[in-house]
Amino acid sequence: MSTFFGVVPSILMIVAPILITAIGGMICEKSGVVNIALEGLMSIGACTAAATQTLLEASKMTSGLSLFTALLLGSLLGGLFSLIHAVASINLNADQTISGTGINLLATGVTIFASQILFNADRTKEFKMGMQTDALGIYPTAYIAIVVVILSWFILYKLPFGMHLRACGEHPSAAESVGINVRKIRYIAVLTSGVLAGLAGGCCVLTQTIQYTSNTINGRGFIALAAVSFGRWTPLGVTGAALLFGTAQAFAIVANNFPALRVLPTELFNILPYVVTLVALVLFSGKNYAPRASGKPYVKGAS
Amino acid sequence: MSRNKQNRLVSGGSRLLESDAVVSVLVVILGFLVGTLLVALVGRKPSNMYKAIFQAFSGYNIDNGKMNVRYIGETLNYSVPYILCGLSMGFAERVGLFNIGGEGQYIMGMTVAQVFALLGPQIPVFQWVACIVLAIVVGAIWGGIVGVLKAKYEVSEVVSTIMLNYISLYLSRIICFQLPGATTYKTANFPPTASLSNSFFQRITNDSTLNNGLFMMVLAVLVFWFVMEKTRLGYGMRATGFNKEAARASGIPVVKSITISMAISGAFAGLAGGIVALGSFKYGRIISGMDNYGFDGIAVALVGNCTAGGTMIAGFLFGLLKNAQALMQSKQIPKEITYIIQGLIVVFIALRSGLKLYQEWLEKKRLQKEVAIK
Repeated sequence: MSTFFGVVPSILMIVAPILITAIGGMICEKSGVVNIALEGLMSIGACTAAATQTLLEASKMTSGLSLFTALLLGSLLGGLFSLIHAVASINLNADQTISGTGINLLATGVTIFASQILFNADRTKEFKMGMQTDALGIYPTAYIAIVVVILSWFILYKLPFGMHLRACGEHPSAAESVGINVRKIRYIAVLTSGVLAGLAGGCCVLTQTIQYTSNTINGRGFIALAAVSFGRWTPLGVTGAALLFGTAQAFAIVANNFPALRVLPTELFNILPYVVTLVALVLFSGKNYAPRASGKPYVKGAS
Repeated sequence: MSRNKQNRLVSGGSRLLESDAVVSVLVVILGFLVGTLLVALVGRKPSNMYKAIFQAFSGYNIDNGKMNVRYIGETLNYSVPYILCGLSMGFAERVGLFNIGGEGQYIMGMTVAQVFALLGPQIPVFQWVACIVLAIVVGAIWGGIVGVLKAKYEVSEVVSTIMLNYISLYLSRIICFQLPGATTYKTANFPPTASLSNSFFQRITNDSTLNNGLFMMVLAVLVFWFVMEKTRLGYGMRATGFNKEAARASGIPVVKSITISMAISGAFAGLAGGIVALGSFKYGRIISGMDNYGFDGIAVALVGNCTAGGTMIAGFLFGLLKNAQALMQSKQIPKEITYIIQGLIVVFIALRSGLKLYQEWLEKKRLQKEVAIK
């Protein structure tokens, strides 16, 4: 663990959930809906996956199948909760920040409430076996993240559907005028971000810890949100940002293995992603990379 | 005739729904209703939840008939940071800004109060006053940064405040680890000269932690009301909130308005941090996570419609729920139900825009009918 290369698997383990969530957040913003509920949706996914894994282990299911089910259910519940955000921001023209904040608050309550009911504690019961690393010491979550990135790039930039989605985020009324169903596309985008955040929550809990607690996600959803801005709303940029932020987070954990870094407070690495994002937003402030209609409700027929 | 009456009833109902206060009350009731259903659904007794809330409110234990005024004191003490963080959010909201950064401003206020309490000169009265003033100033600076970023560089305040929240959390840890007597989670005890405790409050509330912070909160509510409703500054801010371009056109300095309002907004949250640090704890805390007063302040302000009075009432409600948590847990109700209720309330507030759509639809129907009759 003393060389930088020894840290690479840890970095990938930490980057994967952030990257998967960020890609979902990016797709959502590209369609014109800002989703600050990513943090809460990740918590929902993580809690679901951890609880599922624990309960399935008790029922003697094979490890591979139970892990798959855990991730699947985590994604589904993430998608289900993002439906609230979709209805509020797409059908009811709600303030997207308020609705996102509401889901974040709700998620902290719902996840621990469920643990109290299922396991009589303020956390889920520990599962015995999380995901296992491959021969290179890398968790499968890293490969899931790579697939998600490539798929998102392909769909957004190579398929007509992707172009329609981006049009909805830039100029929804123009998109509508050429026959694109803005509401439908935004629904798909919000649900995708929910499913991906749920999946990422599951990936996080099944690789980095042994149970879900109120501290499991601990700001990762907000880091993903930062990665979307810092990565300038493109798959490649977001991947770079997530790698940078994940590396900083990993160093907060492994800095003790490096004599040169031990003198610094580990919190410096924790702060890094946020400071970098803030500085970048100021530096790039003249040019606007964000989708133009992002965060604004689309009222059909209004000019 | 009956049709006429029905029409009047409908219009009376929808007029009632146009009042923000009425909608807030409905939203809160709806939140509790769903929460109650959820408790019943998982096989626990909802009546226990309300017993706990009633005990936190009145100090009276329904099950054994005993009275303990301490609960009232604790409820009031919990309400203070909620109300202040609600004012913080509300002040920004009135200018059309969404301050999610209350948490960070709160943490910075808390941190600087702890630092001065442990390192400042131990002069009676002066020390705690200085701690509180510093907390307010640092909160204002932390909020002002957001204002400058927004006004000058057009950085979305939603993103910048989220970033600053986490920066504050870790910055606070770095700073507090350097304080005397620091362990992994706390520092040395504060000197008595830094404490906000009030012996009169302690006597009448059976040794609760209620302290001088209560006065500061009341003062802050008055300041909020006065600045917002009675001064030129407040008028300019409200005008900016209503319509930025119109305000600019009529000569109101929008950039200055935004920066000042974010600074004042941050000052309220910083004050909350200072009060919690010196009022509710005897030692400095090295926090490993957020206290969430800042985030819950968003909900408080939204329920209170960002007015001084409304925010105060909503803050009391949240303080009540917080104080009821331990009582709920002892009655087999998972205490997280309070977070669920709060989350539901905010979600319902977001859905409130649907009400407007419904009213517009009603209005359209009515007009169509009128046209058809003619």
